[in-house]
Amino acid sequence: MDTGLNYNYKIVRQFTIATVVWGVIGMLAGVFIAAQLVWPALNFDTPWLSYGRLRPLHTNAVIFAFGICGLFATSYYVVQRTCQVRLFSDRLASFTFWGWQAVLVLAAITLPMGFTRGKEYAELEWPITILITVVWVAYAVVFFGTLVKRKVAHIYVANWFFGAYIIAVALLHIVNGASMPASAWKSYSAYSGVQDAMIQWWYGHNAVGFILTAGYLGMVYYFIPKQAERPVYSYRLSIVHFWALIFTYMWAGPHHLHYTALPDWTQSIGMVFSLILLAPSWGGMINGIMTLSGAWHKLRSDPILKFLIVSLSFYGMATFEGPMMSIKTVNSLSHYTDWGIAHVHAGALGWVGFITMGSIYYLVPRLSGKKAMWSTRLIDAHFWVATIGIVLYIASMWIAGVMQGLMWRAVNPDGTLTYTFVEGVKATFPYYVVRFGGGLLYLSGMLMMAYNTLMTMRDTVSQDARIPSLIPLPA
Amino acid sequence: MMEALFLLIPLSILVIALAVWVFLGAADGGQFDDLDGPAVRILHDDDRAA
Repeated sequence: MDTGLNYNYKIVRQFTIATVVWGVIGMLAGVFIAAQLVWPALNFDTPWLSYGRLRPLHTNAVIFAFGICGLFATSYYVVQRTCQVRLFSDRLASFTFWGWQAVLVLAAITLPMGFTRGKEYAELEWPITILITVVWVAYAVVFFGTLVKRKVAHIYVANWFFGAYIIAVALLHIVNGASMPASAWKSYSAYSGVQDAMIQWWYGHNAVGFILTAGYLGMVYYFIPKQAERPVYSYRLSIVHFWALIFTYMWAGPHHLHYTALPDWTQSIGMVFSLILLAPSWGGMINGIMTLSGAWHKLRSDPILKFLIVSLSFYGMATFEGPMMSIKTVNSLSHYTDWGIAHVHAGALGWVGFITMGSIYYLVPRLSGKKAMWSTRLIDAHFWVATIGIVLYIASMWIAGVMQGLMWRAVNPDGTLTYTFVEGVKATFPYYVVRFGGGLLYLSGMLMMAYNTLMTMRDTVSQDARIPSLIPLPA
Repeated sequence: MMEALFLLIPLSILVIALAVWVFLGAADGGQFDDLDGPAVRILHDDDRAA
């Protein structure tokens, strides 16, 4: 097998399948914990099925399993095709696949067992943290090594976004992961108190900015033009907003810590930079959506394009809502309420979920030697079911969140609190039921995707695509 | 005292310095000379299954 002449599609195939499988698992975990909030009996009085332990299993599975496997698959595909060269090292790439799956399986085992660092999206204990670092270094070597050996001089813009995400994750993970092991599965953070909180949310918000934003914008800038058969609306804008995003995101973290022990001036910086962030974010959204100029009619008949474009609407929504919630006065109502959950899931289900699904639907036929997915109508059904699910989810949590905020702050004329906390919990109940329904719909859509993917890929003749000879530039 | 900032601010400045260095290197290397061609070139890459 003369590998130099072909792209490495095997690794893309592996990560694509992993994305779909983990998507089902992560969303199933989400639906289960949503059900537990409605029917607490579903905790079964068992520690390893309790909500407290399963919630991080859900967040880790959807972000690090579904999310990052999707980024691995697409970044490995895009960097090869835009650089017209096979991946830097097949063996290292394979190591990233099996190493990452090991991380995820270990997470799935240790989190229900109660081993946790207690830091959000950074729960995995120190042995797994080390494994993540090793795999990530390998990923960086494969990705940047491929860029170095590229046959096309220009580095296509999507690769800048993928590159920034890879470097940022390395930095964030190492800094926030710093801890002193005390036993095999227990460590203590190198930081403590409000210092730890600041570093945790520097990490947390940059995870949003560099994984959940920059990484997926990499998908936007490749798969939307390819699927629409239109060039990016403004290539200049794509470069400008990339750099603006990179410089601004680092400072937004304090908006998670309004009205806490974090110093006021630090909170204010977080608020201001979060507001500034609206501009480069919407630059990306507009660029992606306007790429459909001259091709809007395709939205009528192409459900893959629906996923890709609607993902950007949710991106725009979430990147407007986020800055609004970063304003201290707004935050004084929204913090700790289900509004935060609504915001996260608009971004997660709407933006991240849909752009991943659209990109995977683009990839699967090409990886299987097929002209199209097994059923285009099933893609459409998936789109509508999932969209309705998202709307139910977000709307119910918006109402619950604002209601909670208002109930918690209501005071009687004599200055005493009007409501007890548990009255707020009770009032939230019907909204938890609706949210469960919304999440169930979204999971059903994911199951449709899994079935469609299986039917498309099951008789794949495993073959790497040939690297075409370079197209000469027009004079 | 906000000790965490003794780490975060120098670290962020370092990151920005790295970003500036990468940007200037890319600009000098001609990465931003043609801002129209690349958008179209990916469309010429035929990745349809045979």
